[in-house]
This record gives sequence, structure tokens and C-alpha cells, in this order.
Amino acid sequence: MKRLWRALAYAAMATSWAGSAYAVSDAAILAPRPPKLLSEFGFFDDLKDRKPAAGVVNFAPSTALFSDGALKDRFVYVPEGKAASYVEGEAFEFPTGSALIKSFSFPADYADASSVVSIIETRVLLKHDSGWQAWAYVWNDEQTDATLNIAGAKVPVVSVAEDGAPISFTYAVPNKNQCKACHDVGGVIVPLGPKARNLHFELTYPDGTVANQLEYWQTIGILEGVPALDRIEAVPDWRDETADIDARARGWLDVNCAHCHRRTGPASNSGLFLNWSEPKGPSFGINKRPVAAGRGSGGRLFDIKPGDPDGSILVYRLESTEPGVMMPEIGRVLEDVEATDMLRRWISSLK
Amino acid sequence: MKTARVATILGMMLLSTTAMVAAAEHRIVPGDGANERLLEALIMAEPGDMILIGAGRYDLTEGLSLAVDDVTVRGEGPDATVLSFKGQTASGEGLLVTSNKVVLEDFAVEDSKGDGVKSKGSDQITFRNLRVEWTAGPKAENGAYGVYPVSSKNVLIDGVLVRGASDAGIYVGQSENIIVRNSIAEYNVAGIEIENSVGADVFGNIARHNTGGILIFDLPNLPVQGGRDIRVFDNDMVDNDTPNFAPAGNIVGMVPRGMGLMVMANRNVHVFDNRFERNGTAHVLINAYPNDYDDDNYMFVPRGVYVHDNHYGEGGSEPDGEVGKLIADLSGTPVPDIVWDGVTRIPEYFSWVAAADRIYIKEAEGTTFVNLKMISQMLLPWGWWPDKDINAYRGTLQEPSPVQLPQESGA
Repeated sequence: MKRLWRALAYAAMATSWAGSAYAVSDAAILAPRPPKLLSEFGFFDDLKDRKPAAGVVNFAPSTALFSDGALKDRFVYVPEGKAASYVEGEAFEFPTGSALIKSFSFPADYADASSVVSIIETRVLLKHDSGWQAWAYVWNDEQTDATLNIAGAKVPVVSVAEDGAPISFTYAVPNKNQCKACHDVGGVIVPLGPKARNLHFELTYPDGTVANQLEYWQTIGILEGVPALDRIEAVPDWRDETADIDARARGWLDVNCAHCHRRTGPASNSGLFLNWSEPKGPSFGINKRPVAAGRGSGGRLFDIKPGDPDGSILVYRLESTEPGVMMPEIGRVLEDVEATDMLRRWISSLK
Repeated sequence: MKTARVATILGMMLLSTTAMVAAAEHRIVPGDGANERLLEALIMAEPGDMILIGAGRYDLTEGLSLAVDDVTVRGEGPDATVLSFKGQTASGEGLLVTSNKVVLEDFAVEDSKGDGVKSKGSDQITFRNLRVEWTAGPKAENGAYGVYPVSSKNVLIDGVLVRGASDAGIYVGQSENIIVRNSIAEYNVAGIEIENSVGADVFGNIARHNTGGILIFDLPNLPVQGGRDIRVFDNDMVDNDTPNFAPAGNIVGMVPRGMGLMVMANRNVHVFDNRFERNGTAHVLINAYPNDYDDDNYMFVPRGVYVHDNHYGEGGSEPDGEVGKLIADLSGTPVPDIVWDGVTRIPEYFSWVAAADRIYIKEAEGTTFVNLKMISQMLLPWGWWPDKDINAYRGTLQEPSPVQLPQESGA
């Protein structure tokens, strides 16, 4: 009798899987080994244009990580009937079966919105019972699908900058271990983007809805426990000239540096912590001497020397593209010129 | 009943298969695609695996990393298996280990753009018979650290050779339970450096032709502070004669050429049975952290240092740089074998220093010493003089017990 009950229970479970209203393959997300092709997840009705399948929701952070100027689109998937829990200050707690999907593309011409956009890679974070799994898929030349990549890849990128200058470099798709070089808190793989402070602004959705993302996620039922919006901190878009420069700089450093430079991150040993909530003292780099910088110090004495960007190691390492000197250590081969300029102005403003 | 037995047999077969899989050996040989195969082997390794890197030269363009527990990475000798990072275009080190119970042995890492071989947050990490070298000699452009365990626990460094690091050849930082032995560090700024670490035995090493031989430091504004319980014994700190080539801004930049051993702001450090020869600035310097800092938790003066039964040869005749001049101006040249800056905390200066926190020296007749009494110098510019009476510093400190490592427990 017991056996019959169990069989019935299994059958019911199977029906509920098969009967999901979503085209997304929960089985693919939860498989012990990831599928070989990106298409097997069913995240997109139209893969090439990343037209999301039902249940797959686009999102964006106010300030993004610089990845050699790649255009990025991001999606979140939470299994039907489940919701992520709001977490103050950190990434939300997502239920098993959730996925975060991020694609990296380059336009043929940054000044021409109609120019051809080539997708290089799509990275997925998959939430299993055992924790998050991180994988990268590299797109084929025909741009019809992407294949699982373990060892990383080098992809030549040729484009034209907004000012007409030619761009040519080799883009690096991370290898599996490099995912954890950033997505790591206390040795555990974590998402980085979906934190309340990054999503706390209005986004236009494909159906024309304009909504604060936190409110939208709550409304469609994929996020619960959101406090009153006016009680949530917001990171500004670092490019927003009207915003406070201190918040812009801190926001940029939080997103571009603090995945490693936080007390529980891979660069904890440096004693330099650039996360949003770190008090603005020596641990935030202010008049802090380097520890293990080696030639990365560039002969400068302090990480951030108030009023003196040229005396600040931080600026030296952001302006470098040389391994052993440049920061972040991975994830870029080009300099983020505009951001460095903003950070220079910020350091000049510090007393 | 029958079914049960089949299940058991199947279970046993599964178990044995698993065991076989767990003991897999991945052998990499040089040639086309070798770099990719090595990278993949490190990523896809399972606990218990061995990755054998065949003799030959591997020209890598990217740093390697290992994040799987219980893996041995073994070459065919530090002169035979050479991982060259001369053409490296990404990553901050040659090889990075972030997992536990890892053994790295019998290979060389050359010319990495950042650090050579690093472990971060590892428990039971062994570096054995490795060579880490910047092949163009001492240069400021070289990576900072050669063998570099940090925030790690149960660290064994045994029989490595490191040359050319622009900071420290062997650097153990913010770690605990450490053995560094039978290794050679030469032509680095610092040969061997133990920093903000607890419980280290450093013995049987040769630190020569560096700027400074062995440094025992504690620095402010770091997540792990309070470096203590260090034994430095039976090492050769000789001929440290390479001009300081550290990029400015780094703390080792202050080390003068010709320093044998420096103990800075550490607690309970025992220095004995070592041989010091031909170190031009001084054989032993015990000093406080010299820079301004903003850190309420930091103890800037050394506490409890016991120097005894070492052999001192010729030295101190060519004091170098600002620090060398500062010492020699007070002590005269040749600089005495053992130099203490004499810095204590100000309340202690006006009262006393607890017995466990003092500097003790017991050396053979004829060993020279100076206490520079830097605080008196500052407070009483006309009424002080250096103290050269070595016998006034007699006494002993309880020695920490030898470091035991689980990876050597014979299990």
C-alpha cells in the first residue's frame, strides 16, 4: 500500500513538471551536468534575439560591471509558484530551480544602433539544492546557438567606438574556475547583480510596462519580503552626471571591485574593502598602504590618496591593462576610460 | 533475499568503480593543445586525482587555477617540467589554488606577470620541490611573491627554490600553522617573509643574495593581525647583497641591502642556531613598524623576542640606505650583529615592559649588540646614548612547541 502511495506521488510530481506552463526546461536547469547547448534550457522563444520564454524576466542593474564595453542583457527565471526572498544588502535568496542568464555582445559600430550585434557568450547561474552552478556558453559563428565551454575561449572583437575610433581586441570568455574568481562569498558561489540597491529603479519591460524592478518582481510573484521602497538604498547609474559623485564612485567600486574586495571575498587578504557599506576609512583604501601589490603599486604609497588621483594606486591599476598590475585581474583587457575619469574627479574631490 | 544479494554486489561494484574514478591520474605531455589539456585537467579534476605534468616546457598565456580538494599536481622535476608565463595576458598569478588538501610538487613556474604560485584560503597546502623564478634576474617588473600561501592553514613549504621576486620569494601571509624548510631563496627583495601569521617553524633554509634574508613582520589594517609564535632556526642568512628593487609603496621597500633577519612588530619570536655571514647592514634587526597608521587593533612594537645561540660572521660593514644610515649614525660602523630600535609604547617607556614582552639575547662572547633607544633620542635629544651592553638583555622566553601538520601525520 505504501508503495502504491509513493508511485502515485511520483506520478503527480511528473505531471506537474510536464504540465508546467513554462517552456523553460526545469530538468535542464537541475540536471547534474549542464546541457551541451544553451537552447536546451528553453530560456528563449527566439534564441538569437533573446526573446524570453514565459517566466523569464529581463532585468538590469543601475551600475554595471565593465566588460570591455560588452552590451549585456540579463534575465531571471524563478520556477512557477516559487519566489526569491528579499535579503538586505546582499543578493536575494533564490529557490532551487532558479536561473540567472546574462549575454555579452558587441555591436559592429557603437554609434550606429542599427549595426549588426554579435553575441559572444551567455553565462548562466543555476540554483541547485547544493548551491549555485556557474557555466558559460559560447555562441557559434552562425549565431544560432551556444555551446557549453569549460576551458574558456578567446574571441577576436572588431568594432568602431562612438567617436569613430577603431576597436580591436581579443575578448576572453572565462574558464569555469574564473567564474568563482568573482562569484564567491566565503568560498560559495553566489549571484552578484540581483541585490536590491542595484535594481531599485524603473525599467521598461517588453510589453511597455514601466516599473520599479523590485515592485515588478514582487507583483509578478518572483520576489517576496520587499520592504517599503523608500526604505531601500539605491545605487545610482555611475554615468548619471546629476547624481552625487560620491555615490556614483562608490556604486562603481561596489559593482566592479567589491565582489573580490570585501571581507568575505577572494581579495579579503588585501585588507581593501570597496563594498557599498564599508565605512570610508583605511579599509576603504583611504590613505591605506598596499600589502601585496608588488609592482601593482606603480610606486604610489596609498590605495586612495584624497585629492591626488595620480598618487592613488587604485587609479594606476584601473588605468593599466597589464596582467599583474591591472584591476580587476580578469574580466577585461581594455581600460574603462570614462569610469576612470569619473573616479579621478571623485578622488580629487576627497579631502 | 536473492534480490538483496544482487543489490549488494552491484553496490560493491559501484563503490569500486567510484574508487577507481577517484584515483584517476591525468597525464599531460607537451605538444599541441597541452595548455588547454592542463587547464581542463585542473578544472575537471575530482577529489583524489593526480595531475602529472610531463617533462617539457609549457608556454602559458593565462594563469592556471585549481579549486578542487584533495588533488596532487606533480611534475617531473623543477628543471624538467617548466610552466612558463612569459606570454601571460591575464590573471594575477601563475597558479592559484583555492581548495584544501592540495600538493604541488616537482615543477617550475617561470616569469609569471604577478605572483608565482598562490594559495588563498587553503587548509593543508603543500609546496614541495618547486622552482619559482623570474629568469631575467632581480627587476622591479617581476611579480611580487614566488611561493605565496595567504589566508591558509597547515602550510608546508619544503625544498623550494625561489629567485627574483620583487617582494618576497617565499611569502606566508595571514596564515596559521606553517612550516618552511629546506628551501633556497635568492635574488629576491626579501628571501622568506612570514607576515601576520601565527605558528611558524622556519628552518634549514638558505636565504642568500636577497636584499634581506628572512623577515618576520606584522602589519596594520589587515583582516588577520597579531602575528606570533614563530621559530626561526638552523637557517643560513648569508651574503644578502642585492640592492632593493621593490616597487615603491611596498613595505619591503624600506629593507636596506644587507639585512640578515628582521623582526617587526611580531610577538613571541625565537631566533636560534642560525648562521649569519656577510650581511652588509646588520645581521639581526628588531624594530617597530615605522609608518603612520590608523588601526586601533594594531600592536606596532615587537613583543617577546628571544635571540640565542646563533653564529655571527663578518657583517655590518656596508650599511645601506636610509635605515642603514640611521642605524650606523648611532651605532658606528661596522654595525653591531644585533640591532634593536628600542621602541616601546610610551606608557611602558615611563614604567616597565612586562617580562613576556621584552627582548632577550643570549649569544656567544664577542657578539655585538646595540639598543638604539629611539624614544629617548626623540624625547631627550641631549641626554641619551645607545646601549651596547648585551648582557643587560639576558633572559629566556618559553619556546613554542614544534609545528605539527596534518599532511605529515603519516595517515
